[in-house]
Amino acid sequence: MPREFTPKVVTANHLLDGDVVYLTADERWSRRHEEAELLTDEAHATIRLLDAQRQVDTVVGAYLADARPGPRGPEPTHFREVFRTRGPSNYAHGKQVEL
Amino acid sequence: MYRYNDFERDFLAERNRQFRSQVERRIDGALTEEEFKPLRLMNGLYLQLHAYMLRVAIPYGTLNGAQMRQLAHVAERWDKGYGHFTTRQNIQYNWPRLRDVPDMLDALAEVGLHAIQTSGNTIRNVTADHFAGAAADEVADPRPVAELIRQWSTDHPEFQFMPRKFKIAITGAPNDRAVTAAHDIGLRIVERDGQIGYTVLVGGGLGRTPMIGKVLADFIPVEDLLPYLEATVAVWNAIGRRDNKFKARIKILVHEFGLDNLREEVEQEFALRRPIYAGGGDMALLDEIAGHFAPTALEVAPTGAYDAAHANDPVFRAWADTNLAPHRAEGYAIVTISLKKQGDTPGDATADQMRVMADLAERYAHDELRISHEQNVILPHVHKRHLPAIHAGLKAAGLATANIGLISDIIACPGMDYCALATARSIPVAQDIATRFEELKLEHDVGPLKIKISGCINACGHHHVGHIGILGLDRAGVENYQITLGGDGTEDAAIGTRTGPGFAYDEIVNAVETILKTYLALREDPSETFLQTYRRLGIAPFKAALYPEAKTRAA
Repeated sequence: MPREFTPKVVTANHLLDGDVVYLTADERWSRRHEEAELLTDEAHATIRLLDAQRQVDTVVGAYLADARPGPRGPEPTHFREVFRTRGPSNYAHGKQVEL
Repeated sequence: MYRYNDFERDFLAERNRQFRSQVERRIDGALTEEEFKPLRLMNGLYLQLHAYMLRVAIPYGTLNGAQMRQLAHVAERWDKGYGHFTTRQNIQYNWPRLRDVPDMLDALAEVGLHAIQTSGNTIRNVTADHFAGAAADEVADPRPVAELIRQWSTDHPEFQFMPRKFKIAITGAPNDRAVTAAHDIGLRIVERDGQIGYTVLVGGGLGRTPMIGKVLADFIPVEDLLPYLEATVAVWNAIGRRDNKFKARIKILVHEFGLDNLREEVEQEFALRRPIYAGGGDMALLDEIAGHFAPTALEVAPTGAYDAAHANDPVFRAWADTNLAPHRAEGYAIVTISLKKQGDTPGDATADQMRVMADLAERYAHDELRISHEQNVILPHVHKRHLPAIHAGLKAAGLATANIGLISDIIACPGMDYCALATARSIPVAQDIATRFEELKLEHDVGPLKIKISGCINACGHHHVGHIGILGLDRAGVENYQITLGGDGTEDAAIGTRTGPGFAYDEIVNAVETILKTYLALREDPSETFLQTYRRLGIAPFKAALYPEAKTRAA
């Protein structure tokens, strides 16, 4: 039996600085996870991923990452995606100080 | 120290010019990522979790003050003011912007450094004993041959698209400080009947299938080394598996095809290739290279300043007793500068610290530095009378931690704080272990111990050969850490044995403490090291201490 679809966001790295970005519903790439479009329908998610993967001059390595709704917008569910929203744990570098 | 000739300067400038053009074409959309990726990887540029990462080779770990100062400049100008020294004797910059990378590479080229073949399915940066040319136990300096291999392998047209990456390490001393048995090819310089030659190990490697290298050839004379290496890599390049990247390394070929069969193929290939080298051009080149590495003119002077500081200053004494190694020359010592201050990131140095080390090397240490695979920096030639001044300089820069070879001298890969391949974090685990044992004041009591931590199965942190190895995994969406015991990266190389089920992120430091308290309770006397106790008693008492519930169940 196929696994039930769980909500996703489209994420990638920005071409120029490599920073983590998220695809928004209004066709932007945001640096903030909570601004991502939360994709709850599998067919729509597939289309949004294809949309993202076509933007080869802006982003690199787009993929679908698990997410869930939160009070301020979509939140990551896996620890890897949590780290991607904030940066490394050994220095105050990356999103945790830049956003 | 090796200095580039005009050909090499031109080659590097041309290569950097090509890459600059490739970056420009990627940015303006003429190249897709699919087209650009192999090009950037050939030039050491990765895309990691939060940013790009530039991996710069420090060939066989050797550099001078000017090069170290340039590494500092690159860190400050284009990165976040620090660099990460790796287990492959490379330095990694964690935050470069794509547009800046060509400028970074040009700046590095000014001092003869590059990022060529620090990634991709090529022959990677050749690593060597970090005490090369200085160690008291050395048969011969491995660096001239390491440089010859660097030149031979750089842009070698036959070896640019191999089944997988290929790593060569070389030691000139019987005490193996270069982990040669864990490389695709490990070379050990040996002397036989007055002749210098090489024992060639093949098929070592860590990663998902850890293997200890096996002896492919007992003794290859120096004039046969390059054709023999070339034959070995060529055979693997031709028949090594390309259907499955996890089975592509030469260790799998050794395992599946058999060592004797491989040796036979290599011998045949060697017979074909040897005549190509019959002109001796490579030997003439080696002679020229060896001239660059002529032994430093060492001074003869009294060591009174050292003796006085050692007798009177307990902080200096603790550092000297822990961080110095015997030099081949009377009155000299090898200094290991710890990049493992408790609580800091293993292998990281700030731009200021790099400059301090460069200054000290130029002023007191014959302008030589080394990067060790254990992520520390070495001053290989220091007259003992300079040690008090060096210690004072290091102390002021936060670099005088007296912990070489002890519990907080931990190898840790970048793990999931940076690496896109990682399955768990390694750096904070290393930080927490070091801090815990500092608080417990047990570091010197525990004595010689090598803890090595990898944040994924690829084992950049060499966990398989750690006395205590820690492997971070993703278990059902949670970080989980497996422990192995009894690994050894020296000439007695051994792969560690797993203790059992892994530990959660917040349990792993306690588990290490449990292991070491068990060791302290069971050792025969303080002179018996952790590894010796483990070898005497086996894994059972450590398992019993780690998993008391299993013992209860068995009872």
